[in-house]
Amino acid sequence: MNMNFLDFEQPIAELEAKIEELRYVGDDAEVNINEEISRLQAKSRTLTESIFSNLNAWQVSQLARHPQRPYTLDYITRIFTDFEELHGDRAYADDAAIIGGVARLDGKPVMVIGHQKGRDTKEKIRRNFGMPRPEGYRKAKRLLEMAERFKLPVLTFIDTPGAYPGIGAEERGQSEAIARNLCVMADLKTPIICTVIGEGGSGGALAVGVGDRMLMLQYSIYSVISPEGCASILWKSAEKASDAAEALGVTSSRLKELGLVDEIIDEPLGGAHRDPEDMAGRVRERIMEHMDQLQRLPLDQLVAARYQRLMSYGEFVEK
Amino acid sequence: MSWFEKLMPSRIRTENKEKRTVPEGLWSKCPDCDAVLYRAELERNQEVCPKCGHHMRIGARRRLDLFLDPEPREEIGAGVQPSDPLRFRDSKKYIDRLKAAQKATGETDALVAMRGQVKGIPLVAAAFEFGFMGGSMGSVVGERFVRAANSAYDHNIPLVCFSASGGARMQEALFSLMQMAKTSAALNRLSRAGIPFVSVLTDPTMGGVSASLAMLGDINIGEPKALIGFAGPRVIEQTVRETLPEGFQRSEFLLEHGTLDLIVDRREMRERVASMLAILTHHAPISG
Repeated sequence: MNMNFLDFEQPIAELEAKIEELRYVGDDAEVNINEEISRLQAKSRTLTESIFSNLNAWQVSQLARHPQRPYTLDYITRIFTDFEELHGDRAYADDAAIIGGVARLDGKPVMVIGHQKGRDTKEKIRRNFGMPRPEGYRKAKRLLEMAERFKLPVLTFIDTPGAYPGIGAEERGQSEAIARNLCVMADLKTPIICTVIGEGGSGGALAVGVGDRMLMLQYSIYSVISPEGCASILWKSAEKASDAAEALGVTSSRLKELGLVDEIIDEPLGGAHRDPEDMAGRVRERIMEHMDQLQRLPLDQLVAARYQRLMSYGEFVEK
Repeated sequence: MSWFEKLMPSRIRTENKEKRTVPEGLWSKCPDCDAVLYRAELERNQEVCPKCGHHMRIGARRRLDLFLDPEPREEIGAGVQPSDPLRFRDSKKYIDRLKAAQKATGETDALVAMRGQVKGIPLVAAAFEFGFMGGSMGSVVGERFVRAANSAYDHNIPLVCFSASGGARMQEALFSLMQMAKTSAALNRLSRAGIPFVSVLTDPTMGGVSASLAMLGDINIGEPKALIGFAGPRVIEQTVRETLPEGFQRSEFLLEHGTLDLIVDRREMRERVASMLAILTHHAPISG
């Protein structure tokens, strides 16, 4: 089994393996098998298109967590220039699970904040699998307030399984750190654009996810609880994660339908990790468009509109 | 009747049907010290064990009843009632869970809010009903809370909230998560207007409620030994694979770590909150 491919992608993996094999043969054999290769490539493409046109919520969840999926820094390096990472909450520590700093987007000054997962084991541990501790959120808060002071639009990238459930995190006020950010973002006097690039894990995601625009990559997810967590509580079995993912409606398309997301940014065929360059280009283009729209609004209107938007969340009946 | 019972004189004989069982609800047992307590006395003592001081969980209406002056009282947002935007279904339908919770608690959702007075100080008070799906916060809780906050804003009077909640309501998925942002934004507006918000965290206050409205008090008060935290103790134990320290995530622990301002016994709550609110709003001292 090819680990670069997920379970449901195995038929594609098999085709790709065959193509590789043929290429290898083609190198030393006299026969021209280029035709055969391009035939198989076309087949692989069609197969990918057909598999990806019909993904269920659980398959999308797996894509959102794909080990090769581009993370915040992969976007930062491709979208921005002059990025300088700023560290620490000025009180306790620097949390590597959240990164942030000043940068330029198309030459214009901005503040960038995002969750950061690690690629290899060592980095994964250093970044705590993208699960922030209170100091991470407090660093984000510091940068948010700085952005307001210096009139920098804020771009956040969301990609976390959730806030870290640890002893120290509780001791240092995980709840308070998250709650405080919700307040700060609610009326920060500068535009905020939030983009879910991978996993939007509950309060840990929302703590850098309150803004004027909510964008989601096509195969990213956003949920109040992980499908596994929900399944183990409501179905009493983590095996039912697939059912839970469906019921929770974690996908970008479902959340768009429900009016909780403004825009879906389509991914390249097979997912963002198949072509990070292309993906970053698409994200850049959409962020610039929204930033342009938001910067035309007077600040008091911008903040009032954000407040109205927050107040509009919820579905209930009035009796 | 067995031969043995026949032997007994009739005056000491008890028929099976009228066994000398304690009438339902006359006695309670303290879950902490195991003392058997007379219900009426426990009620008089605001559901605090007279033997060991253990604070038992109480419902939203009882809570507000103990806290507010008898008059005036005006409920806020009662007409806001739950729907099922996702037609959520796990082992049971969400709609059925709602109906069962409504039947069990007599409430339509997990938050009750009222405008009233405490010792003559006008305010808005809200309380979570833990018996209603674990006090979980969905769209109705969020909306009622915001209406309570807005009422406080409009009348320029303080807001007090007694939280008791397992967190966000899973059955409303991302709508529930967004209530964290919604309630926090409403509180931020109060804060900017210089209107006090007192958050009383009672057993238990966890997850999305803890990580939003409950932690945002100008004054955060804990009831003794209440479980308060972001992640549940079991989740933490599974994640860190360590035994949790004694008293972890209890009010006393949070006080020590700087999250709570103070711990207040339920029987003194009314007086002490009133007194602090009088100071924050420049009222004359509360007498009696």
